Amino acid sequence: MTEAAAAQAPKPNRKSTGTGWFALLSRNHLALAGLVVVVVIVILALAAPLLPLADPNATAPADRLLRPGEGGHLLGTDALGRDILSRLLWGTRVSLAVGLSATVLAAVAGSLIGLVAGYAGGRVDNWLMRGIDMIMAFPYILLALAIVAALGPGLLNALYAISVVNIPFFARNIRGITLGLSRREFVDAARLSGQSHTRIVLSEVLPNVLPVIVITMSTTVGWMILETAGLSFLGLGAQPPQADLGSMLGEGRKILFTAPFVSIIPGLMILVLVMAINLLGDGIRDVLDPRLKSGALSRPVARTAIRRDSAPADRRHLPAVLEVQDLQTQFHVKRRVYRAVGGVDLHLAPGECLGLVGESGSGKSVTAMSIMGLVPTPPGRIVGGAAWLNGADLFGMSDEQIRRLRGAAVSHVFQDPLSTLHPLYRVGDQVIEALRAHAPLTHRAARDRALDLLRLVRIPNPEERMAAYPHELSGGMRQRVCIAMGLANDPEVLIADEPTTALDVTVQAQILSLMDRLRQERDAAILFITHDFGVVSAICDRVAVMYAGRIVETGTTADILAQPLHPYTDRLIACVPVLGQPDRPLAAIPGRPPSVDALPPGCAFAARCPRAQPVCSAREIAFETVAPGRAVRCLFPLEPSNAG
Amino acid sequence: MASYILKRLLAVFPVLFGLTIIVFLIMAMIPGDPATAILGSYATPENVAKLNRDLGLDQPLPMQYLTWLGNLLHGDLGRSYTLNRPVLDEVLERFGATLVLAGTALILCSVFGLLAGVVSAVRQYGWTDKIVTFVVLIGISTPSFWLGLLMILFFAVDLKWFPASGMYAIYGGGDLPDLLHHLVLPAVTLSVVATGVIARLTRTAMLEVLRQDYIRTARAKGLTERRVILRHAFKAALVSVIPVIGIQAGFVMGGAVYIETVFQWPGIGSMLVTAISTRDLLLVQGGVLVVASAYVMVNLLADLVQTMIDPRLRG
Repeated sequence: MTEAAAAQAPKPNRKSTGTGWFALLSRNHLALAGLVVVVVIVILALAAPLLPLADPNATAPADRLLRPGEGGHLLGTDALGRDILSRLLWGTRVSLAVGLSATVLAAVAGSLIGLVAGYAGGRVDNWLMRGIDMIMAFPYILLALAIVAALGPGLLNALYAISVVNIPFFARNIRGITLGLSRREFVDAARLSGQSHTRIVLSEVLPNVLPVIVITMSTTVGWMILETAGLSFLGLGAQPPQADLGSMLGEGRKILFTAPFVSIIPGLMILVLVMAINLLGDGIRDVLDPRLKSGALSRPVARTAIRRDSAPADRRHLPAVLEVQDLQTQFHVKRRVYRAVGGVDLHLAPGECLGLVGESGSGKSVTAMSIMGLVPTPPGRIVGGAAWLNGADLFGMSDEQIRRLRGAAVSHVFQDPLSTLHPLYRVGDQVIEALRAHAPLTHRAARDRALDLLRLVRIPNPEERMAAYPHELSGGMRQRVCIAMGLANDPEVLIADEPTTALDVTVQAQILSLMDRLRQERDAAILFITHDFGVVSAICDRVAVMYAGRIVETGTTADILAQPLHPYTDRLIACVPVLGQPDRPLAAIPGRPPSVDALPPGCAFAARCPRAQPVCSAREIAFETVAPGRAVRCLFPLEPSNAG
Repeated sequence: MASYILKRLLAVFPVLFGLTIIVFLIMAMIPGDPATAILGSYATPENVAKLNRDLGLDQPLPMQYLTWLGNLLHGDLGRSYTLNRPVLDEVLERFGATLVLAGTALILCSVFGLLAGVVSAVRQYGWTDKIVTFVVLIGISTPSFWLGLLMILFFAVDLKWFPASGMYAIYGGGDLPDLLHHLVLPAVTLSVVATGVIARLTRTAMLEVLRQDYIRTARAKGLTERRVILRHAFKAALVSVIPVIGIQAGFVMGGAVYIETVFQWPGIGSMLVTAISTRDLLLVQGGVLVVASAYVMVNLLADLVQTMIDPRLRG
């Protein structure tokens, strides 16, 4: 889990607020519009016998093909002089009835197959699903045609045909859910209590798959109305004198050129009806299964949004390649604001390695990704502070200027190399791409450079490994590839976000010594993010400890390890087992970090701190410099004698 | 890779075998006596019995199937009694026309569906996205047979840009430009629904992919946004969209039934509709079998393309 995700972790529970499905649906304006249109059409169709309409089947040869509005016929008359408005409403009645019946039929048959297959499993499941696959091996409408061909044209046969070809959608969806459910404890419990299978399926499994059945119905009913209309249009469904929307359209087609309105009107009705049903169906799906919500996923843009309320007047002109001052990054999710980074200062001298340490959710990754604008927007945004690279204001740069620095002057190595490498490209090509993004190299020259890089990070047989895909390499090899990519353009700053966390200990040690060597040889500064003080002691010159989005202590690695001042630092160090000291108590820190959308006043650690006093939660606590290069944000720092 | 292709090719045979069983069973399901249906209700009992014997209908069902399958393997799908020619000849002749129409529609819906989906995802919540999403919604809710009529009214009758029906001009046609001229309206009409479905799923797939860690890596490498979208995100999204295109091929081939009827395109679809109303069941059987087999092949192709793109699938 990335920290960006962790920061939003306490997601507001959609169901907990006591709002019914209707309230949820009404929030979705399009779905609501769909619902209104469907309801209006259904009411009109149901009320057709009560409305003051002409007889839909009364022919009047004298009044044939009157245009809409002529002779008191609102929508005109057809080739036999029948009132189109009346026929439209009666036809809609038939189309709706047939479409809905087909849906119910398909839902019942398909759900039954799905329930049995999923619950029984084994051979029954295998055979039933083979059958379903066979039905799906036919093009949808073609199979319906074959069935109508066998049964003969007619509205009822068309209904059967359309429901048969829709059975697989239900069977597959319901089987999947049932399969999962029938392995769950409450079903086991019911089985052990001696209930019959039928009873278990009906009372334990069915209620749980009902939402899926409803979703599948709401997404297929539009199709079924459309397809039954299609069969009628072809003359294979409704037979005269009975008419549905499709057969009206089919009859109108014969006089398309002389009286186009006769076919346009019923088609328009189908379009409006099906569109309204589809809108409503999408809305129902979003309510019942928010995970499937269409387009609910927000795409992160190329660079974090920068909307600064405050910016420091000037940098402090430290001898630093990278300087960050008062950085504030937030995530805006719905109406909540998560203050992931609440005013962080950092600086990195050339060739220096700074460890940024904290628990997950402390804001260290967000801090690191904010520098080059890699925090996803939405929901992230930088709301304050500044960052300078060699004195140049990073937050004031254009997107193109930032792009030219990314991977060149400032490069990144991320945590999980399996998900951070592109799964569909060979690793060699990914390294080559990193090189050619910033240097005008020929492919051949880039390839040679890439080989050198892979050798540099000690990948055996680099020629062979160039052609491997990420999934074909071990975790350690993948991380080496990531580091090679990070080093491709001789960066001045390497931002390494838990680069060794996913690796086992021996590989971790190799990667750490590799990075340490590379920084000494190439004079690259490293911002090393980790939660592990063991790793810190191996590679970092200085340490900044983060808690709830702020730095609580900073100093050289040696000083901090020897003499932590902040109680949180002390507890973090105590979490690291020390080889050869088996009796040393390993103390987990009780409690959890506060959620960054509701930070307490004063010290955020107070609730978990053994030394906390009421005054700790009373007001903002200053970041006091206690010695050159050493600062702590604590009212009651540990005394040197207490440290350890 | 080679062994995977071979495995996949071999897996096609059971599916084709299953298709023959279903097609055979559907036709065996026909209520009443086929011989009476063919000969009409005035046929003498002797003639009915003779035809039943000729058709092998006095045998038990599994025997009938094996005989039928044996004939099928020899390329004998029976004789169409309305056209008085071998079913296979008629079906193959018409299959070409359907292939041209459905193939063109499939290319159109893939190109425009993918394009609309990518643009929509990249411009998420912007005006382009809203317009594309709305147009797509209309597209997937439109009865294609009705849209075909509108196309004829507007582009053939009013504007006279394209012919209203047929595959070639009756006089002086027959060359490629003539075919393309006739192809535009039916192919576009046929592709509309599938374009909408592909656009929707491409948008979702792109949005899903754009949140992945490797996209952040691509950006951290300093690649241009164009490259991030087109090379990194699109390729990954394609892996999940390709099977959808395969499934849409089925909808396009089936939808061709309507479009061929509306535009009087001489393909299998319009043949099937006529054959159903004239109860020429052997013709229906042959047509369904050939189109369904073609669909199986298209899905095989989609599978292989997907494997080519995604090395993780090569087992």
